[in-house]
Amino acid sequence: MRRNIPLLGYVILCALTIVLAKADILDLYVQMILMFIGISIILATSLNLVNGYMGEFSVGHAGFMAVGAYITSVLNVMLFTNSSIFGPPLLSPSSAIIFFPLTLLAGGIGAALAGLLVAIPSFRTRGDYLAIITLAVNYIVKSSIENMQVIGGARGFSGMSSVINSMKEVVDLPWTLIWILIATGATVWILQRFVSSIYGKGIIALRDDEIAAEIMSVNTQRMKVVAFMLSSGLAGIAGGLFAHVLGYINPGTFTIMKSTEVLVMVYLGGMGSLSGSVLSAIGLTIALEAFRPLQVYKWVIVPLLLILLMLFRPEGLMGQRELTDVFPRLRRWLGLKPKLSE
Amino acid sequence: MAILEISELTHFFGGLRAVYDLNMTLEGGELMGLIGPNGAGKTTVFNLVSGFYRPSEGDVKFCGKSIAGLRPHQVTALGIARTFQNIRLWNSLSVFDNLCVSQHHQLGYGFLKSVLRTRSFHSSERKVRKTAEEIIDLLGIRHYALELPKNLPYGLQRRVEIGRALCLRPKLLMLDEPAAGMNPGEVDQLIKLIRWIRDEFKLTIWLIEHHMRVVMNVCDRMKVIEFGEEIAEGTPSEIQQNRRVIQAYLGEEEPVHAHGM
Ligand SMILES: Nc1ncnc2c1ncn2[C@@H]1O[C@H](COP(=O)(O)OP(=O)(O)O)[C@@H](O)[C@H]1O
Ligand SMILES: [Mg+2]
Repeated sequence: MRRNIPLLGYVILCALTIVLAKADILDLYVQMILMFIGISIILATSLNLVNGYMGEFSVGHAGFMAVGAYITSVLNVMLFTNSSIFGPPLLSPSSAIIFFPLTLLAGGIGAALAGLLVAIPSFRTRGDYLAIITLAVNYIVKSSIENMQVIGGARGFSGMSSVINSMKEVVDLPWTLIWILIATGATVWILQRFVSSIYGKGIIALRDDEIAAEIMSVNTQRMKVVAFMLSSGLAGIAGGLFAHVLGYINPGTFTIMKSTEVLVMVYLGGMGSLSGSVLSAIGLTIALEAFRPLQVYKWVIVPLLLILLMLFRPEGLMGQRELTDVFPRLRRWLGLKPKLSE
Repeated sequence: MAILEISELTHFFGGLRAVYDLNMTLEGGELMGLIGPNGAGKTTVFNLVSGFYRPSEGDVKFCGKSIAGLRPHQVTALGIARTFQNIRLWNSLSVFDNLCVSQHHQLGYGFLKSVLRTRSFHSSERKVRKTAEEIIDLLGIRHYALELPKNLPYGLQRRVEIGRALCLRPKLLMLDEPAAGMNPGEVDQLIKLIRWIRDEFKLTIWLIEHHMRVVMNVCDRMKVIEFGEEIAEGTPSEIQQNRRVIQAYLGEEEPVHAHGM
């Protein structure tokens, strides 16, 4: 097998982070920022698939995040904790360490299915109209959860910390951080492979000219389903992780505000550039953390940033280019193949 | 054997009758022309065959099987490829990727394999790339393989679009005004290219064209339509002498290009 330098580098980086976190060299605050960065990367890259690569305008990413967050949280609390809502745990709390990735995945699958709410209308409509549908889906999700009293309704839902604690009792490691690092790496890896395959480039063709794509043998409806489900599924996984970082979620966490935050990351980084989304997710998460003392003014600054961006650099930092296009030497260092055999 | 049979094809856009009671048959290996004044309904006929529109009435049979009502990518998968009157290349994909993506139906793998990169993924991508490279070399556009189509001159873009259609390995190739916007030198090259493609790929070509020089030089047979209806059919020399055609079409000044596909 070819040496996979990017993967190897990432694994080493993650191992180092975990060792430093375990040794308390990275304190809890830094760990938390790292976790938010990871979640932002998942959200931004997955939204980029739809808004950047496929050229649709989804403004409801937080809705899918909410679906994943609630499914994963409810499953975990029900299965592994003694809660006032669901009573004693259905499984031994210590087994959470094995089942956590599965409940996370269940959240992702649930969110992917919710993605069909956008994918199916997208067969018939696009652009502004589809954007409104994504907005509607965001509200439908939020309002549905608000009205589900079993899972706390508008008051919110908690109990996830004890799930993490019971994992820590088995093996004392920063589990949330570990799963976020894994999920972040996996997301970028999956998306990168997908969009660089000829199959995945079908969605770029669809963005450039949908009619030509369909007539030139691309099954555009299937590609839309794949892209929307993949994008919303990954957002769902990000939501599940997010819920376990916070330990408490309520529907108000997943409003259009959260969606906007992710939108800014995508447009800041460049539509159709995964490395752009990664960079801007890192940058913006740190910046927002720095803005924290400003409190609600954060919501003046983020939209303002979007306005300035649209005015002065509408293509984002990277445009459609990847880091390897900006720095061609990276290709060689990273051991990537040339684009066309000579 | 007839490769394409169109019978009583009719299409309305609201109250506008764009195509009316069209009957025609294309024999395998033939180079057929479709001509007529602007707005006669030529592009609409192509769109009906491609499956982009569903005919209001009538039927289209390809290799004996009805294809009316199939979705465009399904029609294409059966072996019908085309180019567009206004070039419709994917402008953010390189020329090479344009030629690869147009083989989407032959990929034989889906989302999961595109991520896991199994052996069958690699072998099918290799096959697709090889086809694309072959076509690139045959058309002499290797030098531009990594360029974005929008950065190429018009004539080359048309060539790339023909290449993209050829990557589909079609039995029937439909060209919608391939000479539109070309300078005389490019038109000469195009005439050679079309003939060469027919012989090299052994396929049937159906051509819409305004440039009389192209039509008269390359077509074996042609059909003339006006207001969506047939007014004549025959060999180039027969058509040149047909009075109705001269009246409807040949007497016209250099045509302006219609909008649409
Ligand atoms: N999508 C459409 N909706 C309504 N009218 C159309 C559409 N496409 C074409 N037409 C009309 O149908 C007629 C035939 O158009 P077209 O097939 O493009 O002609 P040609 O290719 O022969 O120039 C024209 O009158 C044109 O305006
Ligand atoms: Mg036309």
